[in-house]
Amino acid sequence: MPAKPKQEITGFLEYVFDLYQSMKTNEIKLVYEGKITHQITKAFISLAEAQMEENEEAASVQRVVFHVLVECLQNISRHADVYESGNYLYSGKGIFLVSNTAEAFQITTGNAVLKEKILVLTEMLDNINEMDDSHLKDLYMKQMRDGTLSEKGGAGLGLIDIRRKTGNKLEYHFLPLTDKLSFFLLTAIIPRIK
Amino acid sequence: MEPLKIDKTDDTPQVILDVDNEFFEIAGRSLPEDVNTFYEPVLRWIEEYAHNPAQKTVFNFKLTYFNTASSKVILDILTMFEEMIEEGHDVLVKWFYLEDDEDMQEAGMEYSEMIRIPFEIISY
Repeated sequence: MPAKPKQEITGFLEYVFDLYQSMKTNEIKLVYEGKITHQITKAFISLAEAQMEENEEAASVQRVVFHVLVECLQNISRHADVYESGNYLYSGKGIFLVSNTAEAFQITTGNAVLKEKILVLTEMLDNINEMDDSHLKDLYMKQMRDGTLSEKGGAGLGLIDIRRKTGNKLEYHFLPLTDKLSFFLLTAIIPRIK
Repeated sequence: MEPLKIDKTDDTPQVILDVDNEFFEIAGRSLPEDVNTFYEPVLRWIEEYAHNPAQKTVFNFKLTYFNTASSKVILDILTMFEEMIEEGHDVLVKWFYLEDDEDMQEAGMEYSEMIRIPFEIISY
């Protein structure tokens, strides 16, 4: 999607909307675009919890949704790269969209990443998408043992955890933003009947 | 040794490390904004305690949720217990999980595979 200055962010939301509209009959529950802080993360998870409780969602599903929300949002607040467009500083910001069908919850997050990270992210995502449960478990344990906590507190475990907890492959796209940055969209699918 | 008591919040667990009452527990939710800052006093307390621990240490993990950043810290704590055992001390970890929470049960099983220390996995 061509990015125009000042228009990108709206453009991304539109892109995600299109993506969703092309996918069956998802009911969109929540859309957010902006800075994703720890306070925002907490607000969303309590909102999602209250909503799932009200809808009498199975406890096991609630727990997985909770896990995925936390990891996705903390990924953005920790790893989103700074993006500057004109006078607009795009740092720690992202988009966030939750929808569901009768069969599944779908959680999409998006944030700017430096293009130099695309290769590593792609390899990592493809790798964990291909793994079966026992390999994922081994990788998680290895990563926990060997991976040092980065300054920001991530240990590269979030994506593996999402993949394990949902049992589904992670969908992802990279949309070019500038010559240095891309927009990274990540979608996790959580089956409702477990 | 002065007890360490941290009240729970909606994103951090309750921590009670109390030698006099022989009660050691981390309970609740753990998804702090910065795991290192939150757990630093906990790790420091256990490190000091390990120099001169009680006859037997029973340490409870009663978590309902922890994020992946916390999972690494939990492993660090368990590794400290492993070292205590290697030095001849008696440590037992009790890992509690809500009856229907298979993921929390499995997490306990995985830790017990990684760290060779007395480890009980208990539903409640």
